[in-house]
Amino acid sequence: MRTAHTLVAALVLMVGAAHADTVQVAVAANFAGPVKQIAADFEQATGHKTVVSTGATGKFYAQIVNGAPFDVLLSADDKTPAKLEQEGHAQAGTRFTYAIGRLVLWSPKPGVVDGEGAVLKTGDFRHLSLANPKVAPYGQAAVETLQAQGTYDRLSPRFVLGENIAQAHQFVASGNAELGFVALSQVTKDGKITEGSAWVVPLSMHAPIRQDAAVLAKGKDNPAAAAFLDFLKGDKAKAVIRSFGYDLP
Amino acid sequence: MSFSAADLTAVGLTLRLAGLTTVLLLLVGTPLAWWLARTRSPAKGAVGAVVALPLVLPPTVLGFYLLVTLGPNGPLGKLTTALGLGTLPFTFPGLVVASVLYSLPFVVQPLTNAFAAIPERMLEAAATLRAGPLDAFFHVAVPLARPGFLTAMVLGFAHTVGEFGVVLMIGGNIPNQTRVISVQIYDHVEALEYAEAHWLAGGMLLFSFLVLLALYTINPPGKRGL
Amino acid sequence: MSAAAIELRLALAYPGFALDVDLALPGHGISALFGVSGSGKTTLLRTVAGLEKGATGRVVVGGEVWQDSAKDVFVPTHRRPLGMVFQDAALFPHLSVRANLGFGLTRSGGGADGVARAPVVELLGIGHLLDRRPGTLSGGEQQRVAIARALLAKPRLLLMDEPLAALDEQRKAEFLPWLEKLHDELEIPVLYVSHALHEVARLADHLVLLQDGRAIAAGPLGEVLPRLDLPLSRGEESFVVVAATVGAYDERYALARLDFDGQTLWAPSPPRPTGAAVRVRIQARDVSLATTPQHDSSILNSLSGRIAALDEQPPGRVLARLDVGGAALLARLTKKSLDQLGLAVGHAVHAQIKSVALLD
Repeated sequence: MRTAHTLVAALVLMVGAAHADTVQVAVAANFAGPVKQIAADFEQATGHKTVVSTGATGKFYAQIVNGAPFDVLLSADDKTPAKLEQEGHAQAGTRFTYAIGRLVLWSPKPGVVDGEGAVLKTGDFRHLSLANPKVAPYGQAAVETLQAQGTYDRLSPRFVLGENIAQAHQFVASGNAELGFVALSQVTKDGKITEGSAWVVPLSMHAPIRQDAAVLAKGKDNPAAAAFLDFLKGDKAKAVIRSFGYDLP
Repeated sequence: MSFSAADLTAVGLTLRLAGLTTVLLLLVGTPLAWWLARTRSPAKGAVGAVVALPLVLPPTVLGFYLLVTLGPNGPLGKLTTALGLGTLPFTFPGLVVASVLYSLPFVVQPLTNAFAAIPERMLEAAATLRAGPLDAFFHVAVPLARPGFLTAMVLGFAHTVGEFGVVLMIGGNIPNQTRVISVQIYDHVEALEYAEAHWLAGGMLLFSFLVLLALYTINPPGKRGL
Repeated sequence: MSAAAIELRLALAYPGFALDVDLALPGHGISALFGVSGSGKTTLLRTVAGLEKGATGRVVVGGEVWQDSAKDVFVPTHRRPLGMVFQDAALFPHLSVRANLGFGLTRSGGGADGVARAPVVELLGIGHLLDRRPGTLSGGEQQRVAIARALLAKPRLLLMDEPLAALDEQRKAEFLPWLEKLHDELEIPVLYVSHALHEVARLADHLVLLQDGRAIAAGPLGEVLPRLDLPLSRGEESFVVVAATVGAYDERYALARLDFDGQTLWAPSPPRPTGAAVRVRIQARDVSLATTPQHDSSILNSLSGRIAALDEQPPGRVLARLDVGGAALLARLTKKSLDQLGLAVGHAVHAQIKSVALLD
């Protein structure tokens, strides 16, 4: 009996200690790259541990509402954190915009996409890849861009939709779609477009793609959760975010 | 609340896809299963393993490789382009090709088991009665493997209806081309349209149950070739 | 067909077993392939049918070459005009008896509607089974259907692989008369595999003795059975079979007079028409020898003949082959009797036959 009590006490201690030190972060797929670096910096700076899960924001919403053990959400949009807060699944007053996504029309081949996006009006291509506008903010922004350009009705039959921006990028990268709207962060390294040709869509052509973060109800009493969001607001994290091709508010 | 027009389009497309896939699977799977059931070739193990791969591989793996190999830079994509067929991803024929590969073990394995259960003696008897190999196959082996065929058709069809990962990878979510029920459900859930998701998901659940119920009723265990 | 209408020169090797035979068999009647299990008789039958792909050699039936490995000729089973009856009947379970019977018939140029009118259906008494499923038939009925099915495919050679083996004793007794009837009616040669000597005695005209994949003896039944140099003569059950005709019937004593090779025997029998062909089995242990005619014995049958050969079988036993007017008999006696009577090859003797069995 005595041994059992000791064992239980030890287990409670261990779990408690681990919880206090670890922050479980749910991250929108498009932010997988920067968060890796930021999490490493955060661990080094604070001694806390991070467990990062990347995926689709809509799926995270369903999981969080159904009790998923995430402390923090780095959403691909600003609607989901607001909705979570409204429904009591996110902690009020913790929401902020950690990055503004930049949309880019991209082809892995040089010379396909011009600097004005004129290829959309004149180009001979079979497939235009974009994220599903119904579920992905980048897709919604792409649609707004095409509408602003006046090419939406003509091009919509050529759409191939990725379920998220990562898949939209894959369709183009594999050559199955000749060009597509992807996140600037996906084709940028150290502030430069790595390959192919691209048109960075002017911010005037679509509503800003605000990516908001919030501490979730589960992370309310986890000091590492608040610490992580604080770190995300810091200069070091900002530099990383910029280098991946995101804007900041 | 009921099915939207888009939902119904997805349902129709899915049924067309599953039906065509099942027919093709029987055409491809029957000779393959026959060979697997009767050959003593050393290649048997390797071929059997390749056929069974979709059982253990995540569908996204299959989908990813199909996207790459069928794409314009992939070997098969170059072939289909050279043949004037264009590339297959984002098209209905592309989904059919993917579904045939993905559901292959669900058709080949019941058929192989059913064929293997036919005593060699039956085919020998047919040969001594002047039936050539094809004749014996169609008039002795196929009727004796009937329960296996039923199982193969039901599983092939139902599994294609339930396919998601592969479609997601190479479909491109095009209405009436590649937007099948499972993708439509996924989009409803992603868009937080839970009521719509329930209609389709519940329908799938009911459909799958009824199909399996029918299989287990008319084709009792032990005779299914599983 | 000529007398040696079936030519089989075949070799086939498996790990631990090799078949190697060179046989010329008659183009009529039943040739039994007899041997213990593992002697290769079923394998030989399957080779003739073309079901053993690894076999090399030559198979000629009625002048038609079915296999000649030297010339790279191999006619596949389905192009060989043969019929085969398997041990377990091998009826198609998904087809009715009628459709089973029609299977070979339609594939050899007949119309499926010919099944019901086929004489063999009547001969084998299966007309009332036509609409049944094979699974509902008794073992004997299944075998009769299997035989009819094979014969309806118009074979030029019928192969039977122990068709009685799967039947119990009672079914065997019921089934044998059908086979005998078939034997009398059939115009094509039959190769009949068996490991039961009493079946061979009743059915076979010709006997091939197989041992370890080789044919150690082959010839007419009346010649092979009396041989003293074969394992057959070592057993307790050594016997000969004599083909006889009913010469007369004595109703008062219920005895039939059986005539063969100028000899006569009397055997208990139900009434039989004069002139009927019968087979008579005479066991070696039922034959005793005397040097003078015995007139005061209860034994009905006594034939005079000559000792053709002697085989001493230690300890203390002797098997004698007798030449009785052209027919051969076997007699078992003790070495002591042999010595006391001073018998030797060539001596004239009187064979006392205690019992004669009419086979049918």
